[in-house]
Amino acid sequence: MLYPVIMICLGIIGAAAILNTLRLFKGPDPPDRILALDTLYINAIALLILLGMRLDSDLFFEAALLIAVMGFIGTVAVAKHLLRGDIIE
Amino acid sequence: METSVWIEWIVVVLLLIGSLFALVGSFGLWKLPDFFMRLHGPTKATTLGVGSLVMGSLIYFSTRGDGLSLHELLITLFLFITAPVSAQMLAKAAMHQRLKNIARTRGETWRQ
Repeated sequence: MLYPVIMICLGIIGAAAILNTLRLFKGPDPPDRILALDTLYINAIALLILLGMRLDSDLFFEAALLIAVMGFIGTVAVAKHLLRGDIIE
Repeated sequence: METSVWIEWIVVVLLLIGSLFALVGSFGLWKLPDFFMRLHGPTKATTLGVGSLVMGSLIYFSTRGDGLSLHELLITLFLFITAPVSAQMLAKAAMHQRLKNIARTRGETWRQ
């Protein structure tokens, strides 16, 4: 019961990641692309959580936490670069 | 036997809710007409989607007999803290660049 549902959820989040990638390539302005990348790393966190449940492993949570930290720092850095033309003032 | 079946149902429902919210957020990101509307969509994927997935995974790993497993909560706590900050930075960047919006989007404070 649980494993087929995990595979279905992996498929749904894969479809969400495909939609994000379409917006990443299509998005007319830089903030659209940053938003698409932001949503893409959140979907990567969701995929890692599901993969950790599928493989019965605790190791994936540390990887998901690292992706959360690095993705937030990347989003803030690029948004700050758009806002000021500089990251560390 | 009974309790494990119930816990499996709860985990399944939480996983389905979370992944459907992630899909809804990405669909909004793909479909909505301008940036200030598109910013609204993925916040649902962040909070409710990943939140429900993390709760399902927490229940699943806590009821396997290895004791309580709470370190998944760090992910959703971190996302709850950082999602408004990054959304505000993106909105400020979009206002700074004076992106085009459609006529239905209200509150154009940077044009007054």
